[in-house]
Amino acid sequence: MNLEDIKKPENIVYRKTPLLTDAIMHYCPGCSHGTVHKIIAEVIDEMGIQDKTIAISPVGCSVFAYNYIDVDWQEAAHGRAPALATATKRLNPDKYVFTYQGDGDLASIGTAEIIHACSRGENIVVIFINNGIYGMTGGQMAPTTLLGMKTATTPYGRDAKLNGFPMVIAPMIAQLDGTAFITRQAVHTAAAARKAKAAIRKAFEYSMKDIGLSFVEIVATCNSGWKMSPVEANKWMVENMFAKYPLGDIKDVLK
Amino acid sequence: MAFKGAIEVDTQRCKGCSVCVENCPTKSIGLSRSVNNKGYHYAEMIADTCIGCSNCAVVCPDSVITVYRVKIQ
Ligand SMILES: Cc1ncc(C[n+]2csc(CCOP(=O)(O)OP(=O)(O)O)c2C)c(N)n1
Repeated sequence: MNLEDIKKPENIVYRKTPLLTDAIMHYCPGCSHGTVHKIIAEVIDEMGIQDKTIAISPVGCSVFAYNYIDVDWQEAAHGRAPALATATKRLNPDKYVFTYQGDGDLASIGTAEIIHACSRGENIVVIFINNGIYGMTGGQMAPTTLLGMKTATTPYGRDAKLNGFPMVIAPMIAQLDGTAFITRQAVHTAAAARKAKAAIRKAFEYSMKDIGLSFVEIVATCNSGWKMSPVEANKWMVENMFAKYPLGDIKDVLK
Repeated sequence: MAFKGAIEVDTQRCKGCSVCVENCPTKSIGLSRSVNNKGYHYAEMIADTCIGCSNCAVVCPDSVITVYRVKIQ
């Protein structure tokens, strides 16, 4: 059978979801943000909740996420997405409300907001992109930067004495009674991306059960900031990031 | 049962990151020798061994790959 005979509309098994707009993403080649946007868009499409979803974008590389996923969005001040999501969800309890935040946004300038939103048990979904670095501003150290990891502000590697230890957010907020579902995923392989997608779907479903906040951490790469090729960055992530941030479910109150 | 697949790449949107190449179980994808309007070597089928598993498309950050699949006896 020749290729042109296979390439017919009835044989399509995978195509870009219509929930992603046609805007060309501004992300660097191989950036995890694009893959995560895609699986979120697919979940919203498959659940049929496009007009019931309100998203909050952060400050960071994903500040323009509203150009790519075709739902209603608000843009929060740096780190304040959980506060905005709190108001949005309380005023619109029938809507699916999620924030999308980097580790600089969520774990540094926005630490207070995320912890208190978790503690209050807001019925929102938080997607947390942990790439261990401030991508947008040029690759400075983030709270999640690994010990020894070189960044623009830790040129000799992060040193615990000088820069403190990496902050591991997921197990920290798992101790708060307001959180319902906490998981850590990745999108570097097709199998991982499919699992991450299932986790995001579960988080969206939980956000309608009035049981508290659902938190999906995605261990991600910033190949430009890490100064590696996209493929090397994925390997480096598996070898280094997963040791400190292992994948898997951390809390599920319905299990 | 066996499958035969094919992919179509939106070459102008592809940024040539190679993540699809790494994820292809049958080594059917590679980067092109020529470049697109932005100067990227884009992904393309390099062998007739595609089984239509969609792994390449699932990991593509820019969602530029459409996958086709047929059953063959
Ligand atoms: C109030 C305020 N302080 C600082 C900044 C500068 N700034 C922009 S993005 C960013 C960090 C982004 O890092 P992260 O959240 O990890 O997202 P990434 O870019 O890596 O996706 C900072 C500090 C800002 N825009 N506003």
